[in-house]
Amino acid sequence: MTTSAKSVRGLGSAGVGTQHHIRQRVTALALLFLVPWFIYSIIVACKAGYEGALTWAAQPVNAILLILTVSAALYHMRLGMQVVIEDYIARSSTRQALLILNTFAVIALAAATILSVLKIWFMTGA
Amino acid sequence: MAEPGRADPRPLSPHLQIWKWHWTMAGSIFHRVSGAGLYGGAFLIGAWLIALATGPEAYAFVEMIAFSLPGQILLFLWSMAVLYHLANGLRHLIWDGPMIGFDPGVASLWSMFNFAFAIIGAAVIWSLASFF
Repeated sequence: MTTSAKSVRGLGSAGVGTQHHIRQRVTALALLFLVPWFIYSIIVACKAGYEGALTWAAQPVNAILLILTVSAALYHMRLGMQVVIEDYIARSSTRQALLILNTFAVIALAAATILSVLKIWFMTGA
Repeated sequence: MAEPGRADPRPLSPHLQIWKWHWTMAGSIFHRVSGAGLYGGAFLIGAWLIALATGPEAYAFVEMIAFSLPGQILLFLWSMAVLYHLANGLRHLIWDGPMIGFDPGVASLWSMFNFAFAIIGAAVIWSLASFF
């Protein structure tokens, strides 16, 4: 006996859509508060020059919020770009490659930016 | 819509040519466009933070690019994209949570508001930033 299951097997839902959807919303909720803070802060920091920006980034509250902003934003954009890739890249091999590249690129940026915050923290002896 | 050469013959997202342009459609498309732009922007903003941690020379280099005309234009576009994605993202949360704003008239007005918020908001932020 054959059923139509064979025509969708291996092609269908991976069963993680709900989790993806919820994580996209939860990170969005965090960013709703973090992004306005970040816009304000980056203007103040940019206008203060190198020393001023360094002092700003070394403040405990700013360092914490920077790490939270980076984490939430990068998680959010990884999820978003994943959907874009899944929507537009039809070739399975290309799609898989881009999905992996998306993950690697975002994690690399997260590592570099969070290390930067920590480096500034220890550098300034805060 | 499945072409014979495709590895995975499932339908794609709706294509632009079968839709008539309207506000909510433009709002949805620009949510994705701004999101993709912000993806690239995150690497540039990240470069600023990395330069700050690297030292004064690296920071001066990033400052030079950021305060150049192309840099300022890019930053202005970035700020518009952030404000648009933020406003339209809030709308998504309101759609998903309290589930209001689906009425066609309200939805169109809301899309217009989000575009206006992004453009006017960016202009206000940039003029405030240049004063203080």
